[in-house]
Amino acid sequence: MNPAHPAEQVRRAWAIAKKDIRIYYLKGPVLIFGVFMPVFLFLAFLMGSRQLPLAFLVSGLVAMTLFFTATAVSPAIFPWEGQAKTLERLAACPVTVEAIVLGDMIASVLFGIAITAVTIAIGLALGLPLLHGVALGAAVLLGAVCFSAIGMLLAVPPTNLPSNIMMFSSLIRFPLVFISGIFVPLEQLPPWGLALAVCSPLTYFADLVRYAFTGISYFPVETDLAALGIFTLGFTAVTMVLHRRTMPRRM
Amino acid sequence: MPDPIEARDLTKVFGGTTAVDRVSFSVRQGEIFGFLGPNGAGKTTTTRMLTGVIPSDGGTAHVLGYDMRTDPVRAKQRFGVVPETANAYTDLSAWQNLMLMGELYGLARTRAEARAADLLGALGLLERKGQKVQAYSKGMKQRLILAMALLHEPELLFLDEPTSGLDVQSTHLILDLLRDLNRAGTTIFLTTHNMEEANRLCDRVGIIRSGRIVAIDAPEKLKSAIERVHRVEVSFDREVSGDGLAALETVLLTAREGDKWQLVVEDTDAAVRALTAFARGQGAAIVTLNTPAPSLDEAFLRLTGEAEP
Repeated sequence: MNPAHPAEQVRRAWAIAKKDIRIYYLKGPVLIFGVFMPVFLFLAFLMGSRQLPLAFLVSGLVAMTLFFTATAVSPAIFPWEGQAKTLERLAACPVTVEAIVLGDMIASVLFGIAITAVTIAIGLALGLPLLHGVALGAAVLLGAVCFSAIGMLLAVPPTNLPSNIMMFSSLIRFPLVFISGIFVPLEQLPPWGLALAVCSPLTYFADLVRYAFTGISYFPVETDLAALGIFTLGFTAVTMVLHRRTMPRRM
Repeated sequence: MPDPIEARDLTKVFGGTTAVDRVSFSVRQGEIFGFLGPNGAGKTTTTRMLTGVIPSDGGTAHVLGYDMRTDPVRAKQRFGVVPETANAYTDLSAWQNLMLMGELYGLARTRAEARAADLLGALGLLERKGQKVQAYSKGMKQRLILAMALLHEPELLFLDEPTSGLDVQSTHLILDLLRDLNRAGTTIFLTTHNMEEANRLCDRVGIIRSGRIVAIDAPEKLKSAIERVHRVEVSFDREVSGDGLAALETVLLTAREGDKWQLVVEDTDAAVRALTAFARGQGAAIVTLNTPAPSLDEAFLRLTGEAEP
């Protein structure tokens, strides 16, 4: 057995993911927060909406749910573990920094997909037809990986104070929701708004979800998938490189 | 076959401060090597570089033949680490922590379970294996950390202050286990403040001060090396000539204390030989003969510059 072989490292990343799920995700407050926060944001917008169609609002709810759940816990895992010195334990084990990051990402992806499945079920229960299930599945999978990579990217600053990271994380995540065509349809955005929207991976995910429920999308589906794929690869690569640099500074 | 640990000019700089300054030493196969030094001397930083937790800024560290900068994963697969702070996952049980280690070291589930049961039994934790670690005492946590480090049967073990602040029972349990492991062939690198522990356990000790190695030797040699002159305490079964004792080779001073003679000598070995010849010449028998050496504490304090010169 070569412990440094990529397949072996992926297997060990899975062990880290299971540990994360057990310790950080399968907690009542985390699960409740994961479901409640997007639901309440959605309800707030529903009450103040300008008679936007339900399909648009549910699509936004699904997009917000995946984005917030996939980025909710992962930014804080490194600071928590740095503080508890368990990160040093992992660093002394025969696993690469990339495997540790991948493990955290896998846990985040699974959590995001599980909670998002609940919101999709709510949409279907409200009577929305699912027109393109395969597109929705691909979008959720790709989006979960992309947003998990963003979550891990938010954890790059080598601080072991979770509150610092969560504040930084909120500063990045909330504005991203408002520029991604979730509350205002892309076609209604001013040119500067659209220019901002194309820079956000959430835009393409929300557009894909909308396509899945309504059959209509602002960008061609291929463009949405390609953009989301490029963002996913880019964020994953950058987060791996940056964590390799900053990890020793947490010890 | 290379030594299990070979550090050459190992250097670490934090900000503008050189925490470890061109440290070189090697640890031989099968020995217990003690790494001593005052707080802030660079012990933990050196250990972290050797275990691949932090990268060095200069020099090289080869552990079990692997360069820790280029091939750390293969080296880590074959050694175990007991860090300064007990760092098991407190939200998991002891058993879950050990199974996690098993997966991180690529052990088959059945082997991991068998090893975990053996280790928890040997360390007195088997009955509480299902309890979350947050309910464990400090001694229990430290024993668990040792079990986690030993699960994959490493051939080299790094321990950073493994008995610091522990109760007597846990300390004895851990030290006994370390002796057994060493007898079975495990090489041990032990960082400690406890001179008595180092004196009793270690084949050799290295002393680090302000990031630099100031001495490496066997504890007994280190203790005697710090004194240019040595003491010999002797008593005979009958009166002997004080002048005759004072005239012996290498003897610098003599003083009578009760029925014993205290001698200050330059060379302990030559003095003992001269004393036995002297006793024979005087028709006397030696009743007691002691060569009290300075303690390792004294050696440590002298070498680290914290004692009066």
